[in-house]
Amino acid sequence: MNLSLLVLLPVCTFLVLLLLQARFARQVALTGAVLQLLVCGYLLWQYLAVRDLGNTAPMLFETDQVWYAPLQIHYHTGVDGIAVAMILLTALIVLTGILVSWTIDKWQKEFFLLLLLLSAGAYGFFISLDLFTMFFFLEVAVIPKFLLIGIWGSGRKEYSAMKLALMLMAGSALVFVGLLGLYFGAGSFDMMTIAKTTLSQTSQSYIFIFLFSGFGIFAAMFPFHTWVPDGHASAPTAASMFLAGISMKLGGYGCLRVAVFLLPQAAHQYAWAIILLAAIAIIYGAFATMMQTDLKYINAYSSVSHCGFVLLGIGMLTETSVNGAVLQMISHGLMTALFFAAIGMIYSRTHTRMVASLGGLLKAMPFISTVFVIAGLCSLGLPGLSGFVAEMTVFMGAWQNPDTWYRVATVLACASIVVTAVYILRAAGKTIMGPLPENYAGLPDATWNEKTAAVLLVAAIVLMGVAPFLVTQLVHPGVENMMRQVDKLVTLN
Amino acid sequence: MNTVPLSHILFLSTALFFIGMYGLFTRRNMITMLMAIELMLNSVNINFVAFNKYLYPGKLDGLFFALFIITIAAAEAAVAIAIIINLYRTHRSIDVDDATDMKY
Amino acid sequence: MNGYAYLIWIPLLPLLGFVLMGLFGRTLRNASGMIGTLLLAGSTLLSFVAAYQYFFSDGKVNDVYRKITAFTITWLQFSPGVSIDMSLVIDPVSAMMLVVVCFVSLMVHVFSLGYMKGETRFATYYAYLSLFTFSMLGLVLAGNLFQVYIFWELVGVSSFLLIGFYYDRPSAVAASKKAFIVTRFADLGFLVGILVMAFYGQSLDIATLIGNLAAPQSAAYLSMTTAGFMGISALTWGLLLIFIGGAGKSAMFPLHIWLPDAMEGPTPVSALIHAATMVVAGVYLVARLFPVFSLDVSVMQVVTWTGIVSALLAALIACTQTDIKRVLAYSTMSQIGYMMFALGISGSGGEDGLGFMASMFHLFTHAFFKSLLFLCAGVIIHFVHSNDMRDMGGLRKLLPVTHVCFLVACLAISGIPPFAGFFSKEEILLAAYHANKPVYFIALFTAVLTAFYMFRLYFSVFWHKEPGHSPTHGEGALSMKLPLIVLLLCTVLAGFIPIASWVTVDGKTLATHMNPGFSVAPVVLSTLAILLAMRWYKKTSDTPDAAASALGPAFQTVSKKFYIDEAYLFVTRKIVFPFIGRPAAWIDRHIVDGAVNGIAGITGKLSQSVRAWQSGKVQSYALYFFSGIALLAIVFIYLWK
Repeated sequence: MNLSLLVLLPVCTFLVLLLLQARFARQVALTGAVLQLLVCGYLLWQYLAVRDLGNTAPMLFETDQVWYAPLQIHYHTGVDGIAVAMILLTALIVLTGILVSWTIDKWQKEFFLLLLLLSAGAYGFFISLDLFTMFFFLEVAVIPKFLLIGIWGSGRKEYSAMKLALMLMAGSALVFVGLLGLYFGAGSFDMMTIAKTTLSQTSQSYIFIFLFSGFGIFAAMFPFHTWVPDGHASAPTAASMFLAGISMKLGGYGCLRVAVFLLPQAAHQYAWAIILLAAIAIIYGAFATMMQTDLKYINAYSSVSHCGFVLLGIGMLTETSVNGAVLQMISHGLMTALFFAAIGMIYSRTHTRMVASLGGLLKAMPFISTVFVIAGLCSLGLPGLSGFVAEMTVFMGAWQNPDTWYRVATVLACASIVVTAVYILRAAGKTIMGPLPENYAGLPDATWNEKTAAVLLVAAIVLMGVAPFLVTQLVHPGVENMMRQVDKLVTLN
Repeated sequence: MNTVPLSHILFLSTALFFIGMYGLFTRRNMITMLMAIELMLNSVNINFVAFNKYLYPGKLDGLFFALFIITIAAAEAAVAIAIIINLYRTHRSIDVDDATDMKY
Repeated sequence: MNGYAYLIWIPLLPLLGFVLMGLFGRTLRNASGMIGTLLLAGSTLLSFVAAYQYFFSDGKVNDVYRKITAFTITWLQFSPGVSIDMSLVIDPVSAMMLVVVCFVSLMVHVFSLGYMKGETRFATYYAYLSLFTFSMLGLVLAGNLFQVYIFWELVGVSSFLLIGFYYDRPSAVAASKKAFIVTRFADLGFLVGILVMAFYGQSLDIATLIGNLAAPQSAAYLSMTTAGFMGISALTWGLLLIFIGGAGKSAMFPLHIWLPDAMEGPTPVSALIHAATMVVAGVYLVARLFPVFSLDVSVMQVVTWTGIVSALLAALIACTQTDIKRVLAYSTMSQIGYMMFALGISGSGGEDGLGFMASMFHLFTHAFFKSLLFLCAGVIIHFVHSNDMRDMGGLRKLLPVTHVCFLVACLAISGIPPFAGFFSKEEILLAAYHANKPVYFIALFTAVLTAFYMFRLYFSVFWHKEPGHSPTHGEGALSMKLPLIVLLLCTVLAGFIPIASWVTVDGKTLATHMNPGFSVAPVVLSTLAILLAMRWYKKTSDTPDAAASALGPAFQTVSKKFYIDEAYLFVTRKIVFPFIGRPAAWIDRHIVDGAVNGIAGITGKLSQSVRAWQSGKVQSYALYFFSGIALLAIVFIYLWK
């Protein structure tokens, strides 16, 4: 299967949308998104079929074309299980994001154009094996967010949009410096080539700082996470979903695929710092969440805490923990998207997101409330939903690292599940349960598009929670390959 | 034959250049500024022709350049006058101090 | 598959019920009660078949009950050897629990048909009940430690949903949150304990884990006892942490505070979850891991003393409460304390294992009489429309069936022969007498207190004064009376079941000595306590108040539940929120985010200061340009040599 199809499809939808009249915008966007999901499904099917035939190459469906010969920039694509999982996640978020923005009334066409552009960037990022191409797509995925928040946002939208764009741009800049370092160190932008060459310890440790902190900004690493709360809170629902479900994953994926995979020794050298920052993010994010009064801020801060698990898993550098990190990326993407969708639905009806002024919504809108509760339960790691699987894998993997202080960090991270329960139940208890204020009595429940979106996400969350072996079977070979590479290079020296 | 030394011609062109420059900095009327620029261009032309004549009499490069500059000056004048006319339509003025919208 | 493949249907039928009623609750409406009940009846039938097959046909090999794994699938592989498997394991303890859970749940399902009739969220209620039953059965049958944790969390959340069933009552919401958060806190211990055990035991499968650790010279055992943190060995840490999880779920001191509040849920739910099944999960957990627990004496001491302290404390508090369900809740806590300390004092094999057997026996009988008590309380509350004992009185003529049931259950819990509680409690006291004298005397005192407060409750509700109610309706539908009668029969008969030959620590039959001489003291003392309660509460009198005021501050402390709730509130409201939560939020807003805004601000200031250059005046730009050229000319001609 030709992976470029994944990028071409959103781009084609984009062009069609550009030429058509605005009143067809959402139908075209929806068709495009459905097609994306179908293509991704086909990709998954093909991937599994090829793997079943016994193909153990690290990357499948590779294509390699020269893009700009003088600098050896290639358009080199290929996927492993991790990338396939991320691509599926993206497709699902795009579809549901378009569904929940069905009734957006301001500049509808432009809104969907930007969403499609963003998705093209995300797909391109996940399929790239050439660092420059990867960077190119990363940038494609950043710019639309600025406009999405700045134009369609609420509250302090200009401030938030500017903050988000600047911080992410700073992240990109750091990444770019790191990429140049890799290019001049290893003489190529190609990931598979760089992986085979061993850079010296000193250059690794310099490059690693740039790459990891750059991608870390995307992945909401403490202390570079402050774009998350403001950005999410101001963004329109679909943009919040994209931010949490896709953008933050670009960071986590980059940290893993570029920083750790290509610079294994430096990763071992800085593991303590990553773990420290991750543990701080987890605990501190959880406590900061507890004090929030706006539903979107609650979810945004909880994202900081949950993304800490991704970094913790990566920092522990055991096969299981990295596996857990990948699972947590998928799970967090689904769960947070669902949460933001539910919050968006509530907000569009009650016109407030303040916990204190809501209450008893279960009576007025049972469907939305149920979705909200499911998202909350997933967030607090209820077995049977995806969050549990991911968190437990991170914990188990983290514990395999026998360093005592790392274990203390792990226990602290575990402790966050209690704090999570506190803030989730406080939020749910105040908004969903309790007496219903009179002015909310007649509010309508979810419409068809909202229901479809919610059901899709809930189904994915439940599927992953009930049958995690389906996901690990996809992800694990990729992680295994990567960790084998990491361990081999480390033991060499 | 060489009754006029090169330095005289260079003096002329330099004087012409600085007269143009003075005009460019002191005049507020855009048309006058455009004329000042033409003066500067022409001083350069004189230089080209003079150097060609005095230093490389066998070659024509300097003359070509002078011709190029005359052509470009014509095009430039057309563009500049178009801009000035447009500015006049929007600002009702061709004073350069009134056209300071492109600041910070 | 070894003849037990049908076991999978026991949890799956309630799950099916949950899915059906969760998705189609609106269309099913009142039929959902019947569907849930019928599905569960199927499970119950299967569980009886399974228990019969296990105990009488093929469980025993060479006089020892072995563990049979009916079904295993790898659910989530962590690393070679360590995985979460979904398995169904049947051994004596799980077979017994299986029957108890299915049976009590069935009774509660039937009872709720009448009790919850007319609720707008009837289908939701049955969906939650089914979810709970599914999770509890999964927990009971689990053969993998992590699987236990998974269902442990699921029962927690179904308990949360059911306590908060009347979600528009703020008190119910608060109680459900409290229950979930307190048990979650304990579960943190359980989780870390699992991590420790899995790392050293090299497996999550309970049987393999026991096999790896229980051999005293095995590599796993040695590494686990030598590794340590803060001077305590990894084994002790792991077991202690797991025990914290168990103590939280089983409402042991000091993690018991959620249980009395959990009574905000519908009463049948209290009967099922907070009396008979979920709250004994902690005991069950310790019993499942008993071979590992018995390796570490210090942890066993902790188990013992936690159990006995909880038993005593709860009995004291129960004497002062006036809410009928809270009295029952504290009595539950007290009885679970009994089971817990019985495990703690038990040895690991042969005659030493009396405590283990007694604990399981008490778990078995307690399930029947306590759920009977709660269901009776349900009928009473349904009738009186109040939870407060002071609103009741003289109900014996109005509620004759309930009266008899309640009386028998009270006798049973007070340990009066020949009812079920007598047999199990005697075994526990006997085991305590042999193992640990101080524990025995505290347990004896607790037993006397139990008799007193149970009969205080009984006399206050059924005698005390003339009924202040005109009977608007009768005792309730047949569906409410039938479970009472069935449970009454169980309460009378359960004591005669020879648990000692089935459920023992090593699977061998344990010879029990029913020693009449030993039983005299507890029975006589309990009877005296009952007589005292009768004297004080049968008729309206002011003796109890006088006694209370004579005790003064001591009584006050007890009736305020030893101020434990207040202590927790102090810690959370006055320490965690203001000293951890608020600073974290403040630091984030002002320091971390402040740094970001600060950098942006500095950049802004810098550009502010140079922006005047960008005046928009063409002539100044030209001037800069020419000066630049001139400067470059000077540099190139004179300086660049």
